[in-house]
Amino acid sequence: MSRVLEVENLRVTFPGAAATRVSPVDGVAFTLDRGETLALVGESGCGKSLTSLSLLRLVPPPGRIEAGSTIRLGDTDVLALEGEALRRIRGRRIGMIFQDPMSSLNPVLRVGDQIAEGIRAHFDVSKREARERAVALLREVDIPDPVSRAEAYPHQLSGGMRQRVMIAIALAAEPEILIADEPTTALDVTVQAQILEVLDRLQAARGMAVLLITHDLGIVAGRADRVAVMYAGQIVEEAATGELFARPSHPYTQGLFGSIPRLSGPVGRLTPISGTVPAPHAWPDGCRFRPRCPIVHPRSQEMPPLLALGAGHRMRCWLANDSDERDKREETRDG
Amino acid sequence: MARGLSGWLAARAVQAMATLAVVLILLFVLMRIAPGDPLGRLASDRPITPAETAALRARYGLDRPIAAQFASYVQGAVRGDFGTSIEYGRPVGALIAERLPATFLLGGVVLLVNFTVGIWLGALQATNRGTLLDRLLTAVSLAGHAVPSFWLGLVLAWLVGVRWRLLPAAGMQNPLLDPDAGLAARTADLLAHLALPALTLCVVSLAGTMRYQRRAMIEVLRFPYIATARAKGVPESQVLHRHAWRNALFPVLTLFGLWLPILVTGAVFVESVFAWPGLGLLAADAVGARDYPLLMGTAALAAGLVILGGIVTDLAYAMLDPRVRAAA
Amino acid sequence: MSWLAQLWAAVWRRRSGRFAAVALATIALAAIVLPPVLPDPAAQPDIVAGATPPASAHPFGTDQLSRDVLSRVVSGARVSLAVAALAVLVSMTIGAAVGLTAGYFGGSVDALLMRIVDAGLAIPRLFILLLLLAVWERIPLPALVLILGTTGWFGASRLVRGEVIRLRHEPFVSGAEALGAGRRRVMFRHLLPNTAGPLLVAATLGVSDVILLEAGLSFLGLGIQPPTPSWGAMILDAKPVLVVAPWTSLFPGLAIVVTVLAVNLLGDALSDVLDSSGA
Repeated sequence: MSRVLEVENLRVTFPGAAATRVSPVDGVAFTLDRGETLALVGESGCGKSLTSLSLLRLVPPPGRIEAGSTIRLGDTDVLALEGEALRRIRGRRIGMIFQDPMSSLNPVLRVGDQIAEGIRAHFDVSKREARERAVALLREVDIPDPVSRAEAYPHQLSGGMRQRVMIAIALAAEPEILIADEPTTALDVTVQAQILEVLDRLQAARGMAVLLITHDLGIVAGRADRVAVMYAGQIVEEAATGELFARPSHPYTQGLFGSIPRLSGPVGRLTPISGTVPAPHAWPDGCRFRPRCPIVHPRSQEMPPLLALGAGHRMRCWLANDSDERDKREETRDG
Repeated sequence: MARGLSGWLAARAVQAMATLAVVLILLFVLMRIAPGDPLGRLASDRPITPAETAALRARYGLDRPIAAQFASYVQGAVRGDFGTSIEYGRPVGALIAERLPATFLLGGVVLLVNFTVGIWLGALQATNRGTLLDRLLTAVSLAGHAVPSFWLGLVLAWLVGVRWRLLPAAGMQNPLLDPDAGLAARTADLLAHLALPALTLCVVSLAGTMRYQRRAMIEVLRFPYIATARAKGVPESQVLHRHAWRNALFPVLTLFGLWLPILVTGAVFVESVFAWPGLGLLAADAVGARDYPLLMGTAALAAGLVILGGIVTDLAYAMLDPRVRAAA
Repeated sequence: MSWLAQLWAAVWRRRSGRFAAVALATIALAAIVLPPVLPDPAAQPDIVAGATPPASAHPFGTDQLSRDVLSRVVSGARVSLAVAALAVLVSMTIGAAVGLTAGYFGGSVDALLMRIVDAGLAIPRLFILLLLLAVWERIPLPALVLILGTTGWFGASRLVRGEVIRLRHEPFVSGAEALGAGRRRVMFRHLLPNTAGPLLVAATLGVSDVILLEAGLSFLGLGIQPPTPSWGAMILDAKPVLVVAPWTSLFPGLAIVVTVLAVNLLGDALSDVLDSSGA
C-alpha cells in the first residue's frame, strides 16, 4: 500500500481574547493510503473543516498552522512549500470540494470557464483544449448536455448540478487525493444519493484517496474504509468502518450513534447527548468531553491519549484500559 | 436577452421620469413655501414704484394664481425652459449651458482620479489588510473625509497660489494670456488653473472612495469562491484580478452613481473659493442674488444628472452581472 | 446589560472607539465648561489692535477685530454640535417613520413614498438647502435646525425600509401577528428596535454631514447668522486676512476636521461592532 498522505500533530491556532491563542485543531493525526477513503466525522465546530483547509494551506488569516505540525504528501513536506511550489500541489495533487456550491462558485464566470481555469493552472494547454477537457469532465459527472451547460452561469443550475460542477473542478487537474467537505449537506436528500454515487464512481475510476468530511454517519457506512471521529479539535476515536459501527467505544461516538433514529430494531427513545459543543476558549482541562459524558472516568481530569482497543481501533478515553468496565457497558447498551 | 434588456431599460426610464416629475413638483413647492419675497432683493437696490413692481411681477408671472404658475412652470421645464434669470436677465437654460463645460471638466477629472487611484488604493488596502500600509492609508482617508472642502481650498489657494506662487488660485484661465496663444499654451494654462480646484475635490472625495472600495474588496475576499479558486491552484494574481476584482467592481459602480452629485455639489464650495466658472459658482452667486429661476434650473439639472447616473449605473450592473440580467 | 450598554462597551473596547469617544467628550466638555473662563467672543471689535498671532494671552491668536479666536472656536463648537445633533434627531425620526410605514405596508403606499425619497435623494441636499435659505434672510436657528433635519431623512428612510422588508417575513413577526399583535405594536415593538443599529450608524454619519454642511453654508453667508459664532462664518471672516493672519482660518478649520474625524471614527467603530455581532 502506498501512503499518499501523512498528518501528524496538526495544530491550528487563532487569536483568542487578550493576546492568547486558541487551537480549534489540536494535535490531529491520520494517514491516507492510495485508493482508500477516510471519513472525518464530527459535529460543526469540532475542527474538521479547518483540518482539511490546512492540508492545502488555506487556513484563513489570522489563523495559522503551528510549528511542530507535519503534513506530508508522499515525499513532499507541505508545510515547507512556498509560492509557486505550494500553488502546484493545490488542485494537482489534492483537490477539494467545498460545502456550499452556490457561494463556492464565482457567480460572474461561466462554469465551463471555471473548470478550464483549473486545468490551465496546471497543464500547458490551449484555451480550446482546456474547454474540451472541461466538457469531458462535465460529462463524466453526469451533467446532461455538457456542451451547452458549460456556457451556463452558476445561478442557472440546480443545487445538484452545481455540486457536480464543483466535483468536476476538483478533478480538473487529476489529483491523487480528493477532499470532500460536507459534499451533500447543502443538497436535497434525493440529490445527495446521486452525488455520492458520482463520487464513488470517479474515485474507483481514478484510484484516488478520499478524505470525506461529514457530520452524517449515514453516508459513511458502505463508503468509507476507515472512520475518525473528531470532537473539540481532537480525534477521539478511529477504526475501520465496520469495527466502528459494530463497537463504538468512545462515549461521544456512542452518543452519536444513539442519536440516530433507526428504522429497524426495537422502538425506543432517542438518546441525545446532553449539553452543547463548547467553544475553543471554553474547553476544560483534561478530557474535553467530560462535561457531557454519562460516565466520567475517575482519571478524566488528565487528558487521555489515543489508546489502543484492538486491531486498528483506538480511542481517546481512559476507559480503554478498563476492559471490564467496557464490557459491562456494552451489555447494557445492546440489551 | 437583448429584448429583455431593452424592456428593462424602458421600465427604468419610466421610473426615472416619475422621479423627475416629483423632483419638479418638490422644487416648485420649495420655492413657494419659503418665506420672503422673490422680488424683494431687486426692490431693495433702489426705490421702486408700485407700477414697476406690478410690471416686474407680471414679467415673472408672479401675479397669476398658483395653479397657473405651476402649469406654465411644468410646461417650461419639459421644454428645458426654466424662465429668465432675475440677476442676469437672460434665459436660465442658456446660462446653465454656458457653465456646464467648466463643471464637467472639473468633475470629470475628479471622477477619473477617484475611479483609478481611489479604487486602486482601496483594493491595495484590502489585500494588505492590517498592515502598516493599510493603517496609514486608513488614517489618510479618515482625515481627508473630515476636511471641509472650502477650507482646504482656501488653505491650498493661500499656500500654493499666493505664498509659493506655484499655481494660479482663481478662475479658469489667465486673463492676461495672449489671445493668439497656441493650443498648447492655452491647454497648459487651463490645466494649471484646473490643478488646485481639482486637487481640493480629489482629496475630499478620494477618502470616501478608498474606504468604500476597501470594504467592498474585503467582503469579496471573504467569499468561498475565492477559496475555491486558490484550491484549484490558480495563481494569486489571477485570483485577485479575475475573481476578486470583477466582483468587487459592482459596489464601485454603485459608488459611481453616488459620486455623480460630486460633479455639481462638491463643486459649489470649491468653485466659489477658486472662482471656477461652473454650475457651482453660478448656484452660489444665485443664492446671494435670490435668483429663484436660476436656482431652480440648476437644482433641476443637478437632480437630472443624479437620476441619469443612477440609470447608467444600473445599466452597467445589468451588463456585468449575469444574475441581474436574468432577473431583468 | 441593556443593549445600549453592551453596544457602548463593545465600542469602548476598540481603540478607534475609545479615541473618538474621548475626543468628542473633550470637545463637548470644552464647549460647555470653557466659555465662562474665556474672553467674550462677541467682545467689542477693536479694529485698531487687529489680529495678533497665537501667544500666551490668546492661545489661538486674535482675529482682525481683536476677538479671541480660541473662545470663538469654543463657542462655535457649542452651536455646531447642538445644531448637528438636533438636526440629525429630526432626520432620523422622520426617516424611521417613513421607512417603517413604507416597508410594513408595502404596495402603493411604499411606491409613493419611495418616489418621494428617490426625488429627495436625487436633488443634491446642498441645492435644496440653497433654495430654501436663499429666500430666508437671517434665518433663526430653530428654523435652520428644522430645515437641516427635513432635508436629511431620505437615506435613513431607505435604510429602515430595507431592514423592515427583510425582517417582516421573519418568523418572529408572523408569530407576533398570530398572537394578535396589532399593526402598531408589531411596527414599534418588534420591527423598529431591530433597525436601531443601522440607524445609529446612519445618525453618526448624518452628524458629520451636517457639521460640514452647516460650516459650508455659513461660509457662503447662509446658515448660522452673526453674532452667533460658527466655524464656517469664522473661516469666511478670515478670508480677507488669510495671507497676513492665517491662524484666523486655521483653527476653526482644524476644529471642524477634528470634530468630524471623531464622529466618523465613532461611526466606524459602531458599524464594526454591529457587523461582527451580526445584530
